[in-house]
Amino acid sequence: MTTETTTVRGAGDPRPLRPVVAVVERYLTLYRRLWQASVFSSFILPILFLVSIGIGVGGYVGSIEGVDYLSWIVPGVLVSTAFQICVGESTYPVLGDFKWVRAYHAMRAAPVQPKDIVHGHLLYMIFRVQLSIVAFLLVVVFFGGLHSPWALATLPICALLTAAVVTPVTAFAATIESDSYFALLFRFVVIPATLFSGVFFPVEQLPVAIRPVAYASPVWHAVELSRAATLGRAPSWPIVVHIGYLLLWAVVGLLAARRAFARRLED
Amino acid sequence: MMTTLVAARISVSPGRVGAVINRNVGALRSGPSYWVVLISGFFEPLLYLLSIGVGVGALVGDLTFDGQTMSYAAFVAPAMLAVSAMSGALAETTFNFFFKLKYMKTFEAVLATPVRPFEIAVGELVWAVIRGSLYTAIFLGFMVAMGLTTVAGALAAFPATVLVGLAFGAVGMWVSTLMRGWQDFDLLGTGQFALFLFSGTFSPVQNYPVGVEILIQLTPLYHAVELVRALCTGIVGPGILVNIAYLAVMGVGGLWLASRRVEKMLCL
Amino acid sequence: MADQSLISARGLVKRFGDFTAVDGIDLEVAPGEAFGFLGPNGAGKSSTMRMIGCVSTPTAGELRILGMDPVRDGTRIRARLGVCPQLDNLDPDLSVRENLTTYARYFGVSRAEARRRADELLEFVQLSDRANGKVEPLSGGMKRRLTIARAMVNEPDLVLLDEPTTGLDPQARHLVWERLFRLKQRGTTLVLTTHYMDEAEQLCDRLVVMDGGKIVAEGSPRALIENYSTAEVVELRFADGLDSNAQYAAKLDGIGERVDPLPDRVLLYADDGDAAVAEVHRRGLSPASVLVRRSTLEDVFLHLTGRTLVD
Repeated sequence: MTTETTTVRGAGDPRPLRPVVAVVERYLTLYRRLWQASVFSSFILPILFLVSIGIGVGGYVGSIEGVDYLSWIVPGVLVSTAFQICVGESTYPVLGDFKWVRAYHAMRAAPVQPKDIVHGHLLYMIFRVQLSIVAFLLVVVFFGGLHSPWALATLPICALLTAAVVTPVTAFAATIESDSYFALLFRFVVIPATLFSGVFFPVEQLPVAIRPVAYASPVWHAVELSRAATLGRAPSWPIVVHIGYLLLWAVVGLLAARRAFARRLED
Repeated sequence: MMTTLVAARISVSPGRVGAVINRNVGALRSGPSYWVVLISGFFEPLLYLLSIGVGVGALVGDLTFDGQTMSYAAFVAPAMLAVSAMSGALAETTFNFFFKLKYMKTFEAVLATPVRPFEIAVGELVWAVIRGSLYTAIFLGFMVAMGLTTVAGALAAFPATVLVGLAFGAVGMWVSTLMRGWQDFDLLGTGQFALFLFSGTFSPVQNYPVGVEILIQLTPLYHAVELVRALCTGIVGPGILVNIAYLAVMGVGGLWLASRRVEKMLCL
Repeated sequence: MADQSLISARGLVKRFGDFTAVDGIDLEVAPGEAFGFLGPNGAGKSSTMRMIGCVSTPTAGELRILGMDPVRDGTRIRARLGVCPQLDNLDPDLSVRENLTTYARYFGVSRAEARRRADELLEFVQLSDRANGKVEPLSGGMKRRLTIARAMVNEPDLVLLDEPTTGLDPQARHLVWERLFRLKQRGTTLVLTTHYMDEAEQLCDRLVVMDGGKIVAEGSPRALIENYSTAEVVELRFADGLDSNAQYAAKLDGIGERVDPLPDRVLLYADDGDAAVAEVHRRGLSPASVLVRRSTLEDVFLHLTGRTLVD
């Protein structure tokens, strides 16, 4: 009927990144309260892990692929730590913000679109994982676990892994109604992806039938790239293939997450 | 077993304990993917066994333990079994128990009936151990099938895993009555993980410096691993009596303290 | 006229599968008005509110909010709305003040301005002393006041309140009403849903009565009472009530304008209650209790739908 537009006052900012930044800020405000607890889980635990397996078991293993066992599993533990943080922060917290806290509904009532929430969460996760990786690398240097300056490349590798893992898991969390589905996710996806992705032993030792599980897992690709980086050698497959595969997960996951959020917040 | 031990002092009605257990069975069945979650629980230890035992085992080869040479998988599998018995019981008596105690007010409702706090503690513990023992039994089946222990070893080790479940379950229940909030579970999880890594699970404790070795010998999972490993491998010495005594004291003490705490929290 | 409306709906419909939650409603809300949706649970009030809040797409009909199309301009509209949802969705891990500042950022308010507004609003909803505390220990009434403050953080043109006092104790309700009344005095446009007639009478300049997804009446609380009820209502309870209330109603026929037998009492609608009571006694009836009171929206609703509001 009327095409007259009333003057926009105070808000309705045309800058599209503003809501994303605001979502990231919310997560950072929360993180400021919880970081001490997360230091334990995302930092101290992997170090204990390295000491127990790398040094304890490593004494029996001796050397593998020309390096000591500790140096060999450092990139594996690093990537699996990043993986655990990604999964942990994209399951219960995401479902909780839909179901119990209803924080996403609150954002939705403000001029924040579902895709802004997905993007904000992803950016925050990349930041969090990067923090843990930096701390981890600093400690591992003192163990003599890094053999090349290329080790710094694990930072962008883990950022890519974060995008490849956080987005599909977030999409899953946005689709389910009950948290008991997470038990299935952990058992059938997260644990196999941790145990059979070249973290503790070369994938070549797996029976041929199980190896495709590793090749399909984004974790294996990130472990391969990171191991190549910390040991300063070439990965088993062409770098482009590893990166391309992780990118594929990230893009498909992002589309799925945006769709799932839009659907869940619609009605 | 635990019930008869303490029955002399406090009268316990098996019927009322059964009612507490039955509530848990009902709650489990009402979940959306009850059977899948239950059955997939068997799947998890198998994955660990394949990954660490077989995968890492191929890197390690054989090792010598108490003068006998065995495959790494045969060395590690009993420890995984003990850990599985511990964490199975702990999952039920810490996280779930705390939730029922603090948020669902389940026990307040139960205590309005003739059921007593001690019977709640016993019921919850027995339930935790039944659930955990289902998994350890399957785990032992895998071990026999993979040639990591004998049938006799498995039959001897099974009651030991039940004892491990009772010991950790009881202490876990007491600890969860002392929890202030969810954030304390992070600490518990960290402690559990540290025990997992340093209780002779992945490599013999004799490899550690003497001071560290003695320290480890004071912690509970060490005794659980020692006991289960001795029975699975058949290398049994008088030391297992110490292990059994340690775990039994944990179970009885934990149960007594837990029921006292429940009574204090809910029956004032 | 329609040009100035903040909300304008024509034949608005919302269906979920086979279920029609909102069944073709028309409405206009003018600036500065306090407008209410009154109706029982399931009448379609919340579904209507969600369409107005641009988080739910209308199935059919026309809807303009602030002169814009909620489907195309949802984000721009939401930038100028304040929403207080039925279920509190405050962030339990943030402090009271952080709940406001974090929310203000979603609207693109600068950090310094967000802090200034947060302090001002906490003052307004009388929670300044709890600013640095956690949300969880707040009482239900405090949480609701905080949610109302959060809805004001973008200085909205239109505030939507879905059941603002449901679940609060009487004292907490009065505190919330008092704050909302202050907002109204400042000229803020309020749109609220409620199933409490006293709330509708206290706060609304104008309201619609909804039932089964339809608007069954519209007007100011006074006008609705005048149109659909009498000035006074006599409530009669008989000692042997229950089954025989219908028989008593027959004996009372002709007194006042209307007689309505309920399971526990008989209602007599009359402009002069005392005269009606005198007539009851003259007919030789002796009720166990007699109450003469002013007509309320509850009576309007009962008359329109044949049911009580809270059942």
